[in-house]
Amino acid sequence: MSLHSTYDALRHFADSWGLVTMGIVFLAFAAWPFRPGARARNEAAALTIFESDDNA
Amino acid sequence: MTTVLARAGIWLGVLFLAIIGAALAVDKAFAFHMAIIGAAAFVGLWVSISRVDYAAVARGILHAPADPGKYDDDPVRWGVIATVFWGMAGFLAGLYIALELAFPVLNLNLEWTTFGRLRPLHTSAVVFAFGGNALIATSFYVVQRTCRARLAFPGLARFVFWGYQLFIVLAATGYLLGITQSKEYAEPEWYVDWWLTIVWLAYLAVFVGTLVKRSEPHIYVANWFYLGFIITVAMLHVVNNMDVPVSFFGSKSYPLWSGVQGALVQWWYGHNAVGFFLTAGFLAMMYYFVPKQAERPIYSYRLSIIHFWALIFLYIWAGPHHLLYTALPDWAQTLGMVFSIVLWMPSWGGMINGLMTLNGAWDKVRTDPIIRMMVMALAFYGMSTFEGPMMSIKSVNSLSHYTDWTIGHVHSGALGWNGMITFASVYYLVPRLWQRQRLYSLRWVNWHFWLATIGIVFYAASMWVAGITQGLMWREYGPDGYLVNSFAETVAALHLMFLLRALGGGLYLAGAVIMTVNVWLTIRGKQRDEAPMRDTAFDPAKDRPLPAAAQSAPAAGVAVPAE
Repeated sequence: MSLHSTYDALRHFADSWGLVTMGIVFLAFAAWPFRPGARARNEAAALTIFESDDNA
Repeated sequence: MTTVLARAGIWLGVLFLAIIGAALAVDKAFAFHMAIIGAAAFVGLWVSISRVDYAAVARGILHAPADPGKYDDDPVRWGVIATVFWGMAGFLAGLYIALELAFPVLNLNLEWTTFGRLRPLHTSAVVFAFGGNALIATSFYVVQRTCRARLAFPGLARFVFWGYQLFIVLAATGYLLGITQSKEYAEPEWYVDWWLTIVWLAYLAVFVGTLVKRSEPHIYVANWFYLGFIITVAMLHVVNNMDVPVSFFGSKSYPLWSGVQGALVQWWYGHNAVGFFLTAGFLAMMYYFVPKQAERPIYSYRLSIIHFWALIFLYIWAGPHHLLYTALPDWAQTLGMVFSIVLWMPSWGGMINGLMTLNGAWDKVRTDPIIRMMVMALAFYGMSTFEGPMMSIKSVNSLSHYTDWTIGHVHSGALGWNGMITFASVYYLVPRLWQRQRLYSLRWVNWHFWLATIGIVFYAASMWVAGITQGLMWREYGPDGYLVNSFAETVAALHLMFLLRALGGGLYLAGAVIMTVNVWLTIRGKQRDEAPMRDTAFDPAKDRPLPAAAQSAPAAGVAVPAE
């Protein structure tokens, strides 16, 4: 493949399947803490830093 | 005994290599750097063969607590001291070059002290030395507490600290000697880049090793941000520094990427140095120290996770906004602009998350100057992450680019967000690391807060005026179709703004001096005799039941007869 056609292929991949894949992966990561039953886990995680003494 | 011999052998080998490097050096600056490396290897050799316990000596000098405790805090203590030290050096260099712009005579007519060589010294000192040490120290502190595990690979952690200091010294002396790749935030030459790569991979190993041996099942969100910062900086640094040295005994190298590709790679690196070094890493500090100091959990843990993924997915595309109206393809410029604007949302989500952590405890802003610093840091995070997307809009950028507006924007982020959150974290850490009851003076923290805040206001406001003045003067056409102003005329017009900028920097430095003395005296175990900040007014005269006159009952003091 010539340099230009490599560029062209990558560029079209980037604004089609690449973009779609990244979008789906991002939405999945962002939605993950909102899955059913996750509220309690998140609240517990936020409190872990207070559980024990700093230097104990 | 064998480990002592092995270590001494390694140091001796490095020392010999440095001597060979210095002897065969193609240029003087490279020889000078080899001499620095040789001196460092000699110190390492001395420490490893003499029987003195230098770690104990260091603990004595630093007044470190005798009981090492559950966690490995020596590298954290060194890192906090290095943060304060390099902060002073970097702020002082900044003030000096600000004055050089106002009074060029301060260049001293010496090549080593010209603005062009001192400026990268300033930027690297504040970003990589002050900020970098703060990130390394706080990440080692936070990862141990949130994982409830001691640092993995304690020897490697010490190598990370000292190796990073050697990187700083080589970078800083290199700038003064004129060694540079001429790439913003990536000025050090190939051999210093290789060294930093080794140190950074060791840092990654210590951090990930500690995460792996954690006894807490969940990895707290601050560690996500630290890990994102460490991994991304490793990737950015390696890709942007793909250079071929002219000679293995010289300081000069040429980049693999050339032309517009080189420019794009540089600003992909440069903007993500801002996005991951100065944002993700410092957000990690925010997500641990703000809840700890406020004694309240983060407002929304879910929002912090969205904040994390949105930053990771978006920031990496924003770099092309540094190359608007250049030879970069138009679609790439637009892409950079669009992603920069989209970034506004997660940034403000993060700011709101930090600020709302104080929901129900806003009185602490009045009573706790450390919280006040954190709130100001978050406010500046919000302000500069609004200003940045706005400046990356093409039509705004056509006015702001190459002007002092950019400098003002960078400093509202750096002084306001990075500086303030680091100061607050240092004030949080020092009494805990040295097991002191409290800081030497909380009221001095208040002084530091106000000096720094007023300094930033002077800095940012003067640079807005200077930048817009410059931008408008550069684009002004006369009726004859020629530009009205020469460049020198635009510089002369900004003299007053340069003076106000230096005043702002001076105030900021004065605040940092107060911090340095405060930290020093806290480490020495002293406490200033002062009225507490959290005092509730107490008047004994009023501390009794309502006066008798106001009551319908018989006069006070007269016993009421029983019925």
